[in-house]
Amino acid sequence: MPRRSNNVGVSDIMEDIKCDIVVVGGGPAGSMTAKWAAMHGSDVLVIEKRQEIGSPVRCGEGISKHWISDVGIRIDNKWIANEVEGARIFSPSLKHIVVNEKMAGNEVGYMIERDQFDKALAVDAAKAGARYMVKTSAVGLLKDGNNKLIGVKAKHMGEHFNIFAKLIIGADGFESQVGRWAGINTILRVNDVESCLQYRMAGIECDTRYSDFYLGSAAPGGYVWVFPKGDGVANVGIGIQLKYLKHKSETKTYLDNFIKKMPGLKKGKIIDMVAGAVSVSQPLKEVTKDNIMLVGDSGRMIDPLTGGGIASACIAGKIAGNVAAEALESRDFSKQFFQKYEKGWRAELEEKFYRNWMAKERLSVIDDITFDKLADILQDVKLEKLTAHNLLKVVKERYPEVVKGFEGFI
Amino acid sequence: MIKSDKELCLYCGACVGTCPRNCINLKETIIEFDESLCTKCNLCVRVCPVGAITLE
Repeated sequence: MPRRSNNVGVSDIMEDIKCDIVVVGGGPAGSMTAKWAAMHGSDVLVIEKRQEIGSPVRCGEGISKHWISDVGIRIDNKWIANEVEGARIFSPSLKHIVVNEKMAGNEVGYMIERDQFDKALAVDAAKAGARYMVKTSAVGLLKDGNNKLIGVKAKHMGEHFNIFAKLIIGADGFESQVGRWAGINTILRVNDVESCLQYRMAGIECDTRYSDFYLGSAAPGGYVWVFPKGDGVANVGIGIQLKYLKHKSETKTYLDNFIKKMPGLKKGKIIDMVAGAVSVSQPLKEVTKDNIMLVGDSGRMIDPLTGGGIASACIAGKIAGNVAAEALESRDFSKQFFQKYEKGWRAELEEKFYRNWMAKERLSVIDDITFDKLADILQDVKLEKLTAHNLLKVVKERYPEVVKGFEGFI
Repeated sequence: MIKSDKELCLYCGACVGTCPRNCINLKETIIEFDESLCTKCNLCVRVCPVGAITLE
């Protein structure tokens, strides 16, 4: 049985802590990794710098359904706000195509309450035996005389202390420090960052059956989303590629301008503001080193086309948790051992990420006229399944110049 | 000088993850800059969704 020390976080003076695995970040990636490792008997400590797991929300809150049961998450109405039957994709002149669940390969699904979702995953992990400490930041990595990673330097309620661990999990999101401290290259190109802002709006008109996406110059290199949460409430947000942003506050200006133009939205009341950035990069070359693995956003595990990261964080988290427990069993925390994790998450996600990154690169340079033409084509063509690949195939037939240089990929 | 306007900042961490030199840190709700590393590339100013960062 793993050794369990006393409750953490309740003493006046912080003493150093020892555990098998320290997880930095209590979001979906961290809690999933912690849960799966703890289920196999590992002594896991999750540290979260905020005072509350899941809050404030930094997310559009739309997720697909197909992966949820695979990673052992129980569907719970506490975190489901609305279930949609499809997505609508709008061109700049507001022609739209409807993508139903079948066409989208079950990629559409729930509008969630992300704070409740994160809390539910933390509860699951805690039930499996993981320990949690909130209001606790990692401020650096601990190394021994041979430069081997042996834990993290942490701070809880203003008090510094050390957490000694055999394995460090970086699950610290877009702003990840853990990976950078360990020398993993997570630097992003300006094409591969989306600046995002979202309002939760009440008193608006929207169709709760669909999540809506608006493409074109309203959101250069990204899109505007309207995710209905029911009861006249929706998340109305925007993501814009950093490459297209030149001045201060442009993201907000783009979003405000879009809302002003939409009669159903402009009378809405903003009851919540959510900001953030999302990486839309190619998969990283490595997300592991000796004694460390990155999971989720911190390892840039985001679908570059949609900007969605919850599914990949949970899928990778399950694999990381299992591999972490195996590493403990084998007493091997080498980068070489963690190839099991690298192979595992890449088998699930890498090809799709790469294809969708290519698709994003192409879509982000398409002008409004072409977007409108594409909407026309897609209204004629009945696609069995709408994937980036199928979409590009259609584009290639009609507009070969748009996909020039990417023929091999199609 | 690089600074973040606390009145505007939504402490989302967009600038932190975007900075190529890792000179920005988000301490829960407070943005801190390590100016000794900053190359004034302006990416943090551009990525901030609400225009909270100023580089002079």
